Amino acid sequence: MKSQVRDRGEVRIVELSGKITIGSGDVKIRELIDEALAAGKKNIVLDLAGVSTIDSSGIGEMVACFTTVTKKGGHLKLLRLSPKINDILQVTQLITVFEVFDDEAEAVRSYG
Amino acid sequence: MNATEAVNAHLVLASRFENIEVAERALHDLCATAGCDGEQLYWVVTALREAMANAVRHGNRLQPERKVHVDLSVDSSAVTIRIEDEGEGFDPGLIPDPTVPENLLRPSGRGIFYMQQFMNCVQFSRAPGGGTSVLMVKHLQPTTRSAENEKPSPRSR
Repeated sequence: MKSQVRDRGEVRIVELSGKITIGSGDVKIRELIDEALAAGKKNIVLDLAGVSTIDSSGIGEMVACFTTVTKKGGHLKLLRLSPKINDILQVTQLITVFEVFDDEAEAVRSYG
Repeated sequence: MNATEAVNAHLVLASRFENIEVAERALHDLCATAGCDGEQLYWVVTALREAMANAVRHGNRLQPERKVHVDLSVDSSAVTIRIEDEGEGFDPGLIPDPTVPENLLRPSGRGIFYMQQFMNCVQFSRAPGGGTSVLMVKHLQPTTRSAENEKPSPRSR
């Protein structure tokens, strides 16, 4: 998995690409979120447009990060899901947990 | 291709996460040889990865000397996968439903659910050595072998 991080105001944008799978990408997500929180960035958008594969470990890590960020008073939101990742979130009802956006500017505005 | 002309592979892999990639590559190669590709393959690979991850982590507890035995068979009508670990076995009935509200925020427990959603048949049994054996079958529809817009997978599809 590869990642690129940038900030738009107080919102941390984390662009992910490649595979988010057990033993590799799942751990990396946790590190990226921890880094954001350590930098004082509690409003975080995960841009998943470049993600080709995600498994249950990757999904589980996103859920754990959602909980961590929420407990810190922030919000973790998702941006640009591929149809396959959208389906993976749908079948486990997680689409009801995450706020999902197709447009980055809209995602940033949602933080008010 | 005739449905009876199955192509098969048997792999014995050390319990390392990187060997999930080896199993995935083998399945891709078999499917290419059998002329089977398309959208459904993505979901079959997803199920294979989940079963491999369970065997490596939960079954063999990441002990490389314990092996994961992988049998793959592909023909024009179905993909059949059997994965066995050398662990102590487990009761899949003990895995809670990850879709009920009280479990939605659990960080684990979705792998078997995904396997069941993406394959037509998922059966667990005790392997000869005492570990867990999982048999998964995905029936391939002729119209979906190269379909671009097929929705994935839940079993009813």
